[in-house]
Amino acid sequence: MTLIEVIGLAWEGLVLNKLRSFLTTLGVIIGVAAVILMIAISAGAEAAIADQINALGANLIIVTAARGVPGRPPTLVYDDALAIGRTVKGITGVAAEQNLADQLIKWGNVSFTTPALGTTPDFPVVRGAPLGVAHFFTQADLDRKNKVIVLGSKVAQDLFGEVSPVDQEVVFGTTRLTVIGVMAPKGKVADTDYDDRVYIPLTVLYQRFLANPMMNNRVRTVYAQATSRETMDSAISQIKSVLAQQHGVTLANPDFIVQTQEDIIQTQQATTETFRTLLGWVAAVSLLVGGIGIMNIMLVSVTERTREIGVRVSIGARPQDVRRQFLLEAMILSLFGGLIGVIAGVGGAWLFDEMGAMRTVLVPWSLGLAFVASAVVGIFFGYFPATKAANLDPIEALRHE
Amino acid sequence: MSSSLIQTENLVKTYDTGEVPLRALDGVSLDIARGEFLAIMGHSGSGKSTLMNVLGALDRPTAGRYLLEGEEVGEMDVEELADLRNRRIGFIFQSFNLLPRLSALQNVMLPIRYRVGNRIGGEEREEASIAALESVGLGERLHHRPNQLSGGQQQRVAIARALVNQPALLLADEPTGNLDSKSSEEIMGILHTLNRQGVTIVMVTHESDVANHAGRIIHMKDGKIISDGQNGKMSQERAQ
Ligand SMILES: Nc1ncnc2c1ncn2[C@@H]1O[C@H](COP(=O)(O)OP(=O)(O)OP(=O)(O)O)[C@@H](O)[C@H]1O
Ligand SMILES: [Mg+2]
Repeated sequence: MTLIEVIGLAWEGLVLNKLRSFLTTLGVIIGVAAVILMIAISAGAEAAIADQINALGANLIIVTAARGVPGRPPTLVYDDALAIGRTVKGITGVAAEQNLADQLIKWGNVSFTTPALGTTPDFPVVRGAPLGVAHFFTQADLDRKNKVIVLGSKVAQDLFGEVSPVDQEVVFGTTRLTVIGVMAPKGKVADTDYDDRVYIPLTVLYQRFLANPMMNNRVRTVYAQATSRETMDSAISQIKSVLAQQHGVTLANPDFIVQTQEDIIQTQQATTETFRTLLGWVAAVSLLVGGIGIMNIMLVSVTERTREIGVRVSIGARPQDVRRQFLLEAMILSLFGGLIGVIAGVGGAWLFDEMGAMRTVLVPWSLGLAFVASAVVGIFFGYFPATKAANLDPIEALRHE
Repeated sequence: MSSSLIQTENLVKTYDTGEVPLRALDGVSLDIARGEFLAIMGHSGSGKSTLMNVLGALDRPTAGRYLLEGEEVGEMDVEELADLRNRRIGFIFQSFNLLPRLSALQNVMLPIRYRVGNRIGGEEREEASIAALESVGLGERLHHRPNQLSGGQQQRVAIARALVNQPALLLADEPTGNLDSKSSEEIMGILHTLNRQGVTIVMVTHESDVANHAGRIIHMKDGKIISDGQNGKMSQERAQ
């Protein structure tokens, strides 16, 4: 018998019992759908994390002031960033950041309010926010407290429209500043709109915009970018000891926190991880239940068709022919379940994404995996009934009613 | 070598039922020549079907030898037995035993599908199967399913299926047992023709007018052959 003929025969048998075939394969359907969904959710989570990492800047080390260290006000200052930049090896740059609340920005007769970020020259590199037009301010600009400004792309658009902003003078707050560059559009990262704010040298922010001398030199966050994943750990420990030295504290009792983006992202990952584990179990249990369902129905089928098996043997079917027939039937059942499961899984992934419940990315190999999984279930759970059929005694089988 | 197709020596088949083992075959020695038409008669339970199943390689005897075309059947493995049933023996049953989901043609094609070695293409298979069905007068009923055929027609499909691989031996266990007299005559006519074409036929029957188609009749009782002889009526017919 050729394979096609066997498949044809097996298919006929299944079509004859459509509802039964469908119910039998329900477990496989759910299992396969869960496999695909699980992988799509994993891939979605990974893609989301990758996006976030790229948005924040790659291999980022984040330094913030610790709160509530007794006897000391929380402090992280511009000099800390300079010290890190001077001494720490294995980093591509350091950016200190301090925020400034909305100020009026004015050019000609156009004006509106916008927030500002006081920062240092490495900001575009470290935070992965490249320039769109001209350039960012330099260390010389900071040292000389040059009155320059770089605009977010949206601010530039709203203020200048078609006019080239570079070398124009704007009034920001009460200070006249010269536009030296415009950032490339980047969009929102977390809650910060990179495009809808302006960038000024940190020292200018201190000199011109801070009324409270207590705030002088203070920065909210210092970001350092490690040259690679491998240099990350070494860079972190160097930063810690530099800061401990600068602040006169021990490493055991620091007044600062050094984190990586992984630390921050981990909590989000934990949620998807839980969900993924759950789906993994659903998949495993469903495939098992589906397999048992297939085994059960195949055993029923072997009993129902005992006489048919006897007839086949009496006209020359070998045990292997009989086994192959029933194995193929089991496989067709489970592959059929697998096919519906793939459709359900792909549909489910699409729905999750569409409803915004969870980001999903369909992974092509997961469809292959699901296909293989259902075939394996069919073979594994079909083997016992098929062997039972193959080993039937022909005389008893023929006598069976 | 003799022209014996079948030789059995002291075939014994016992079943362990109750305290005393039941001897369904109790020392059957039989010699059947090529081209013979043999009828087996006997009361119910005398062991006729048991003997047929052993001859058809569907069952193994408890003791004794069975040679088919000089080959020891008892020494064959599962695959060789399957090949024997497939190509060298055709078996027809009282209850036809057609597969209900398959058409007449598909039923007849089955033995070709299970044939190992000297495979033939799909078209040739169909041609051979159609030819077999035509030879039993069912050329018009190729695509009918068994439940769309009369008993006699079903038995004719079964004969076509038994013959499609051109076996030397046709075993028929009460082939007319489920048929009316008219259909029985048709079936016997077909068997006659086959026998004249050289197929050796061994047939079990309860009815003496059916048995009278055979050239040789044996009687069985309690697993033993109690008489074995040429069919007088038959020889008369032949003489005429
Ligand atoms: N599987 C079995 N287990 C136990 N006893 C069996 C079995 N098969 C047959 N027998 C017994 O063996 C004996 C011979 O049975 P067999 O079927 O050969 O008789 P038969 O001559 O074909 O009868 P009938 O004319 O009714 O078909 C009977 O007594 C039967 O009960
Ligand atoms: Mg019988």
